[in-house]
Amino acid sequence: MMDAIAHWFKWLSNQHGINYSVFFDNYDQTLFLKGLKTTIILSLACIALSILVGLIGAWLQGSRIRAARVGTAMFVQFFRNTPPLVQLAFFYYAVSALLPTVTDSFGAQTPLINNLGWAIISFSLFAGAFNIEIFRSGIEAVPSAMTEAAESLGYTRFQIYRIVVIPIAFRICLPSLGNNLVNLVKTTTLAYAIGVPELLYASAQIWSEAMNVREMMVLLLITYVALVAILVAVMQRWEKSLRVPGYVS
Amino acid sequence: MRPVQSSSLPVLLTPNRTARDPLPSLTAIIQSRLLFVSLLGTFFISCGISAAYSAAGAQPSLSILDVLLKWAPLVFGGFLFNIAVSIASMALGTASGLLLGLGQISPSRPISKTSWFLTQFFRNSPWLVLLFFAMFLLPFDLKIGSVTVPLPAWFKAIIGLALPVMANVAEIVRGGIKSIPLSQWESAESLAFSRRQILWQIILPQAFKRMIPPWMNLYAILTMATTLISVVGIQDSMTLTKAALVAEGRLDLYLPFYMMLLLMFFAYCYPIARLTQSLESRVAVKF
Amino acid sequence: MQPLITISHVEKSFGTMPVLRDISMTIAKGECACIIGPSGSGKSTLLRCINGLVPVTSGSILVDSIEVNDPHLDKLALRRKVGIVFQQYNLFPHKTAIQNIAMAPIHVLNRPKDEAYENARRLLAKVKLSEKADAYPGELSGGQQQRVAIARSLAMNPMVMLFDEVTAALDPETKKEVLFTIRDLAAEGMTCVLVTHEMGFASEVADHVYFTDGGRIVEAGTPTEIFKAARNERTRAFLSQVL
Ligand SMILES: Nc1ncnc2c1ncn2[C@@H]1O[C@H](COP(=O)(O)OP(=O)(O)OP(=O)(O)O)[C@@H](O)[C@H]1O
Ligand SMILES: [Mg+2]
Repeated sequence: MMDAIAHWFKWLSNQHGINYSVFFDNYDQTLFLKGLKTTIILSLACIALSILVGLIGAWLQGSRIRAARVGTAMFVQFFRNTPPLVQLAFFYYAVSALLPTVTDSFGAQTPLINNLGWAIISFSLFAGAFNIEIFRSGIEAVPSAMTEAAESLGYTRFQIYRIVVIPIAFRICLPSLGNNLVNLVKTTTLAYAIGVPELLYASAQIWSEAMNVREMMVLLLITYVALVAILVAVMQRWEKSLRVPGYVS
Repeated sequence: MRPVQSSSLPVLLTPNRTARDPLPSLTAIIQSRLLFVSLLGTFFISCGISAAYSAAGAQPSLSILDVLLKWAPLVFGGFLFNIAVSIASMALGTASGLLLGLGQISPSRPISKTSWFLTQFFRNSPWLVLLFFAMFLLPFDLKIGSVTVPLPAWFKAIIGLALPVMANVAEIVRGGIKSIPLSQWESAESLAFSRRQILWQIILPQAFKRMIPPWMNLYAILTMATTLISVVGIQDSMTLTKAALVAEGRLDLYLPFYMMLLLMFFAYCYPIARLTQSLESRVAVKF
Repeated sequence: MQPLITISHVEKSFGTMPVLRDISMTIAKGECACIIGPSGSGKSTLLRCINGLVPVTSGSILVDSIEVNDPHLDKLALRRKVGIVFQQYNLFPHKTAIQNIAMAPIHVLNRPKDEAYENARRLLAKVKLSEKADAYPGELSGGQQQRVAIARSLAMNPMVMLFDEVTAALDPETKKEVLFTIRDLAAEGMTCVLVTHEMGFASEVADHVYFTDGGRIVEAGTPTEIFKAARNERTRAFLSQVL
C-alpha cells in the first residue's frame, strides 16, 4: 500500500514534474515527519502550559491583593498587545543572554534553555494571556444568584468554586478556549524564525533542496488545516460530552 | 435638561452630554495611564538589569540610553513601515473579505459553497505559511495586456498578509449579517423590497455596527503580524532592530532594544484594544 | 414558649442608604409569617439578613439561640437551621434534579451518598416530582424547578424556611403547584417566613402578616386585622392597589 502510493507519486514526478518528494524520497519524508512531530509536541506543550497560565492568572485576578490583580492585568495587556514574533525574539535573544550557560555532554557551553524551550515558553505566555481573559470572563458570567444559592446551602467559599462556579464557567469558556488554542497551533509556525525544526522549517529545508515550493506549500497548508480540524473536532467532542440538556451557556 | 444658553456656548460644544459619554471614562484613562507608566517602568528596569550585567564586564563606551537614542529613529522608521503595510493589507483584505462574506450568503449554491470553503481554508491556515505562499507563488511581474508591471517583494507581502485578513473579514461580515434577526428580512420582504435592497438598505446598515469591534480587533492582530515580513526578508522594524544589535555587538543591548520595539507596538495596539472594548460594550448595551 | 426567631432593632444600610430601619419581630416555632409591602421596601434584604447572606449594620437576630450579628458566627450551623428559596430558582444547571437535592447533604453535612439520595427521592415525592429525578433544570418548567429548589432546601432539614417571592416569575397555573407545596409544608408545622405578593394566599396560610414600607414595619397583625381592618393609612393605600 505505502509502496503503491510512493510509486504513484514517483510516476507523477517523472511524468508531470509535480514533485511531492515527501511521499517517495526517504530523506525528505523523515525530515517532514520529524517536523510534524516537533509541531505536535510544541503545540501540545503550549496548550497545556497556556491553560495552566490561564488558570493561575484567572485565580490571581480574583485575589484580594491589589498588587496581584494589577500585575496580572499588566501581564495580560502587555502580551495581548505586542507582536508574538517580537516576544519570541525578546525571550530567545535578550532574556536568554542573561541566563547562565551549561556545559553539555561534549564539554561545550550551551544555553540553559534551547530554542524549542524558548518557543514553548514564549507561546505559552502569549496564549496564556488570552486564556486568563477567557477564564475570567467565564467566571464572571456565572450568575451571582448561583453562588448565593450555594452559599445559603452552607457551602464554603472553596466548595462553591469547586462544585458550582468552575463547572459552569468552564462550559461557558470552552468555545472561546477552543478558538484560542486553534490560534496557538497556528502561532507555532513562528518558531521557524528562531530555527526550531518544526513543520514549516522542515518544509523550507525540503523545498530549497528539491525545488518544489509549490507542492510543499500545498502540502503544508493541507497539513495545518488538518491539524486545526483535528483540534476543533476534539474540542467539539469535549464540549458535547459536557453539554447539559436544556442549558444554553 | 438644562436650559441652553446658546449665545454663551461655542457652537461645537453640545450643551447636553447624554448619559452615555462618547469619551472613554475617566477611570479608564487613569487606568491606562497607570499601565503605561508601569510599563515604562519595566522598560527602565530592564535597562538597569542590562547595565548591571554589563558593569560586571568591561565598561562600555556609550551608556545604554545613548545607544538606544542613537538607533531609535531608524527603528521607528521601520515601525512606520509596519504600520503602512498594515493599512494597505487591511484595505485589500477588507474589500476582498466583504465580497467573500457576501458570497457566503449568496442564493447561488456554487458561489456560497466556494466562498465558504475559501474562508475556512484561509482562516485556518497559519499567517506565516500564507505569507510564504504569496512570496513564493506570486509571479515576479504581472502582464496586463502589453504592459508589464513588476511585483516587488513588499507588494507580495501585503497580499500575503491580506489573505488571512480577507478570510477573517468574510467571517465577520457573515456573522454580522447572521446576527440580524430573520424577522427583519421577512418584514422587509413583505414590503416588496428586492433581495439586494434588503441587504444593502436594511440588513447591512444594522450589521455594520456590530462588525466594527471585531474588525478593529482584526486590525490590531494584523498590525502585530506585520512583523512576520521580516522572516521573509523584507526590512521592517524587526529587521532594523536586529541589524542595530549586530552593528553594536553588545549583549547588554538586547533587552532594552527588544523592549523598545515591544513598547512601540504596545503604544499603537493597546489604545485600539481599549477603543474596541468600549465600542463593544456600547453595542452590547444597544441591542 | 420561646420564639424560634427573634429580631430586635435591626438596621441595615448599603453604603449610606438605609434599607432596614429598626425592625423588630418574633416568629414562634411552627408559625407562618408573611411579609408584604411595596417594591424596594427591604423585604428581600430582611430575609437575606436572617440567613446571614448579608450582614446587618446593627441590632440582633437570634435564630434558635444563634446570634446572626456576631463576627464569630458559625455560618454553617446557621444555614443548617435556615433554608431559603429564591424567586429565580437558582438550581445548579449542570446537575440533575436529584443531584441538586442530594449535593448539599453530601458535601456540607458529609452524609453517606446512598442515604442522601434516598432522602432526596423522598423529598422529590413530597413535591410530586418523582418522575423528574434525572431531568436537568433546563428540562423542567419554572414551577417544577421551583419545587426542586424547595426540596433542595428541605434536604438540609432546616428548622425554618424562608421564601422570597417564589411565585413571582411563574404563570398562574404553575404558581398554584408551588403554593400548594408551601401550604402543605406550613400545615405540617414547618416554620415559614414568606415574602409574597399573593394576598389571597397570604391570608389563607399566614398566622401573622407584616406590612413593610421604606425599611420599616408599618403594621403587623393577623391576616384579618391587616386585610380587613388595616389601621394605617399607608397599608390601606397599598392594599387597595393590589387587591
Ligand atoms: N447589594 C445591594 N447593594 C446596594 N443596594 C441594594 C443591594 N441589595 C438591595 N439594595 C437596595 O435595597 C433596597 C431594598 O431592596 P430589597 O431587594 O430588599 O427590596 P424588596 O422589598 O425585596 O423589593 P422587591 O419587591 O422589588 O423584591 C432597594 O432600594 C435596593 O436598591
Ligand atoms: Mg425582593
